[in-house]
Amino acid sequence: MSEAVVPHPGEDGAQPSRANAGWFRRALDSDIFHSFRRSKLTMLAALITLLFFLIAIFASWLAVQNPFDPSQLQLLNSRIPPLWTADGQSPFLLGTDEQGRDVLSGILYGLRISLAVGVLGVVFSGLLGIGLGLVAGYFGGPVDSVIMRIADVQLTFPAILIALLVNGVAKSLLGNRLDEWSMLGVLVLAIGLSFWVQYARTVRGSVMVEKSKDYVAAAQLIGLPAPKIMLRHVLPNTTGPILVIATINLALAIITEATLSFLGSGMPDTMPSLGTLIRIGNNYLFAGEWWIVAFPGVALAGLILSINLLGDWLRDALNPKLR
Amino acid sequence: MSVRWSLFAAAAVALVACGLPASAQTLRYANQGELKSLDPYTLKETTTIAHHAHVYEGLTARDKDLKIIPALAESWETLSPTKWRFHLRKGVKFHNGDPFTADDVLFSADRVRAKGSNFLSNVPADAKFAKVDDYTVDVTLDSPNPILISQWDSWFIMDKKWCEENNSVAPTPASATTPSYAALHENGTGPFTIESHQPGVKTVFKVFPDYWRKPEHNLKEIIFTPIGSDATRVAALLSGEVDVIEPVPLQDIQRVNASGIAKVMTAPEIRTIFVGMDESRDELLYSSVKGKNPFKDIRVREAFYKAIDVDLIKTRVMRGMSTPSALMIAPELYPLSKDFVRPKADPDAAKKLLTEAGYPNGFEVTMDCPNDRYVNDAAICQAVVGMLARIGVKVNLLAQPKAQYFAKVLKPGGYQTSLFLLGWTPATSDSHNVLHDILGCRDDPKDSTRGEANLGGYCNKEVDALTDKILVEPDTAKRDQLIKQAYEITIKDYAYIPLHQQPLAWGVSNKVKLTQRADNQVLLYWATKQGE
Repeated sequence: MSEAVVPHPGEDGAQPSRANAGWFRRALDSDIFHSFRRSKLTMLAALITLLFFLIAIFASWLAVQNPFDPSQLQLLNSRIPPLWTADGQSPFLLGTDEQGRDVLSGILYGLRISLAVGVLGVVFSGLLGIGLGLVAGYFGGPVDSVIMRIADVQLTFPAILIALLVNGVAKSLLGNRLDEWSMLGVLVLAIGLSFWVQYARTVRGSVMVEKSKDYVAAAQLIGLPAPKIMLRHVLPNTTGPILVIATINLALAIITEATLSFLGSGMPDTMPSLGTLIRIGNNYLFAGEWWIVAFPGVALAGLILSINLLGDWLRDALNPKLR
Repeated sequence: MSVRWSLFAAAAVALVACGLPASAQTLRYANQGELKSLDPYTLKETTTIAHHAHVYEGLTARDKDLKIIPALAESWETLSPTKWRFHLRKGVKFHNGDPFTADDVLFSADRVRAKGSNFLSNVPADAKFAKVDDYTVDVTLDSPNPILISQWDSWFIMDKKWCEENNSVAPTPASATTPSYAALHENGTGPFTIESHQPGVKTVFKVFPDYWRKPEHNLKEIIFTPIGSDATRVAALLSGEVDVIEPVPLQDIQRVNASGIAKVMTAPEIRTIFVGMDESRDELLYSSVKGKNPFKDIRVREAFYKAIDVDLIKTRVMRGMSTPSALMIAPELYPLSKDFVRPKADPDAAKKLLTEAGYPNGFEVTMDCPNDRYVNDAAICQAVVGMLARIGVKVNLLAQPKAQYFAKVLKPGGYQTSLFLLGWTPATSDSHNVLHDILGCRDDPKDSTRGEANLGGYCNKEVDALTDKILVEPDTAKRDQLIKQAYEITIKDYAYIPLHQQPLAWGVSNKVKLTQRADNQVLLYWATKQGE
């Protein structure tokens, strides 16, 4: 509806610049942006999410120590409570844990790991799911049946079980060669393999709808190869739902990573993610050293909440029935 | 009259009937580590041995004060310095009903010394077992061995017939990937049978009604569950979900004692926690240094020793509850311990030593560490990693549950480690065990069990010669001097890096009375529990 803009007279000569400015103006002018502007909560959630990403990216400038470098952890500085309590010590704003790791630095760096695993996991599961969904929807028949039955089987398991399974298999295969970085890779793989189904099903559905439309028939008539039709013509029309799933799955992926790390089969203590920090801190909760677990917990909850709010808003904004 | 009598009798019967089941209790026990194999020759590790001691028995046992007492052997005598005679207990039955006889002892003596057993040094290789009659066994030795039976309390006797019938004649190695029948089932003579065993999940012990000794406990069953997470284990104790936990994390001792529901039994343990280095291979398995082994250079070992600050580990990681140690044995077990003082940590000197040895920028090495075996083990390892990082050594920490850890680093796994954390309690309560099992040369052609737990492969023939003298020296004062000489050599060589003796910390519900033995074996056949 909003595409039907009345052309402005006298702008025909300035084609290239108009295309750029028009893109930006169209974005500002779009329904989505308007709905974004209307919801204060969404704006707050977006701001917080952005903030989390920024502090994760710039963690090394913000943190007082690198918690992944054991030589920077001083055992002498262990178990210091937060700065505002009686025993607090500068520069440890949120206190330190048993190994002398600054809790705030741990959160900043842990956030980096959590977001990296989350984003990479979503990208990986997205690529896998979109690819399989496109193929299934476009070709149909036995190809479709095989892919979708595999998806159905996988849907009967909770994603965390699949992630634990992949994780366990990778651990027994890699065994002693498993260092911190390959652990990160294993987590991305585990999360990617657990979340591809929603993409595949959604994309398949959209593709089956689009497939019968005239523009696809036209593309087929002029003899374009199937991959090109799928990627250039059909896929762009399925981006809306994919975007919604990706946003919600980002939160899920981060939670899954935190769960795996909390259970002790994720990131190791020497390179902690938020989930690992919570697991470590959990052991000192009874002893009254609450800050070791509380702050990573708050950070994780805040991150997940804001991403989920964004995802919810995006789902409503892209749903034509709710407009 | 008769009605009254019969009423009385009925009431009495009812009382007895109610009283009996009420007094037989179910005890729930949680440990931080799991019980993997039921085969009593798979893993020589205190917690595992303690589990097995509920279902299996040795010829000897140790009482609450660790003194050797008769068990399956009723008595024994030394016919000559190299010949021992054991009189076996009559009328003892295995759990499946098979009678216990001399054949089972001979069979167990072969099995415990077969390939794959982790208990090789419990029964000397030169000991030859001969059956005199069904209840008498003679043991002949090549040379006198006054401490022959000191480790027989953890050499459990198995049923020959049952092992043969179930294809379990060979012991199950710790590195085995598929469990044998004997690893999943038991057939001992001990006070409890195992009703069900799900490795890593739950093990249910039931009282064995035909046990030969009068029970000191009032239990009908023991339910064991491993709970790896410290906080969850403490919460389980405080909520009454379990009755006994081991260990209580040091940070939670105060809270448990203040709860009014349970108490913590603490005492110094005679276990020494230490760090070891692979000193035997020509090239380390897991290191950035190729073509040579940095740990063969004493200066590198000294640098590691001086980089690790045990006092800081004591105050920060162990909350003041460990005893830093200069020796590989607890002071309770060696009277001359006070002559040894642990030098203070000195990172600057350590850095200098590394530079002299040709590693001015340090090197990279992987450290193996259990995370569910010793008190705060993973935290100690992390602290050590940090201290070594400060002298330029980059340590990659591989902290794993004990099942994987032991399968990798112990003898059956081929000592696959470059740097590790281990704890050792001499099963004989004597220095000879430490000098023989940990500080003795591996691959001694005359003594295949020497250096069995010497994961670092330290070897000094002078120490071995002294150890052999210590074994046969009857004069205590002279013997202590010989031990001192041996320890002095190993300290000069920086053979190992002793850290501390760890504290015992058992969490016990107020409803349960338990005996705490200094070797940290949780033996629930001495437990009594009040009715619910």
